Amino acid sequence: MNWLFVITGAMIGAPLRYLTDRAVQRRHDTVFPWGTFTVNVVGSLILGVLAGAATAGAASSSTQLFLGTGLCGALTTYSTFSYETLRLAEEGAGFYAVANALGSVAASLGAAFAGVAVAEAIWL
Amino acid sequence: MEAQRPKAFGEPTDPDIDLSAPVPAPGTSRRGGPARGQGQILAAVAVGGAIGAAARYGASLLWPTPADGFPWTTFAVNAVGCAVIGAFMVLITDVWAAHRLVRPFFGTGVLGGFTTFSTYAVDIERLAGGGHARMGLAYLALTLIAALAAVWSGVWTTRRLVAWRRA
Repeated sequence: MNWLFVITGAMIGAPLRYLTDRAVQRRHDTVFPWGTFTVNVVGSLILGVLAGAATAGAASSSTQLFLGTGLCGALTTYSTFSYETLRLAEEGAGFYAVANALGSVAASLGAAFAGVAVAEAIWL
Repeated sequence: MEAQRPKAFGEPTDPDIDLSAPVPAPGTSRRGGPARGQGQILAAVAVGGAIGAAARYGASLLWPTPADGFPWTTFAVNAVGCAVIGAFMVLITDVWAAHRLVRPFFGTGVLGGFTTFSTYAVDIERLAGGGHARMGLAYLALTLIAALAAVWSGVWTTRRLVAWRRA
């Protein structure tokens, strides 16, 4: 049963990443990968809220598997993030590569902290 | 942020979407039309994502991480996924004229679903909040360095192998 929660969540999260990436990348003509940046920050925010809720006992294990391991796990990606960073560096956009690497980590971490804080404000 | 897209190598910057792919005009499209093509891509991404996420979940069951321990399993999952996408993108761009659903299925779906940024970020928050700030900081830096080294190694090794085979 646990596997089903993970798989169902991932079957929503992965296409959501694809659609978000498409929608975001079409809106601008820069080399900066805003699409992947967006899904990683949003996914970290949701997982932060979920982690805070779980600590407060407000999220069941099935919710954590579906929303956390499945949906947020598949919505966010490290492989695409690192590949895009490498390509930026190779194409001579070194500033964008560094900005993407440090910006993604900083923004996602900030989102995770904010998510946990929001959850604690609600459930604790 | 504005910058032109210089082309040093053939591989695309964004492995998830192919914006250069022509979208057929309505009425003149291939059989089934663009809506059907888009539906097939979404299905390939969904199935691939489910496989990748299930593999990541399986890894977390095989090698569970204690609550206040270094998240080695997620670290390894992300590093492996990065090495594989590097090799995959070179193969699919320079070597293998693959079916149009291979990249959405494997690159966007399987590898995107296997690796995770949200668990990485929240695990750092959990470590910092639990009084293990130094471990959290080490995990933050090590994952970033390992992931970038892995994707670079994957791309570099595969390009060398391709060049060697063609020589």
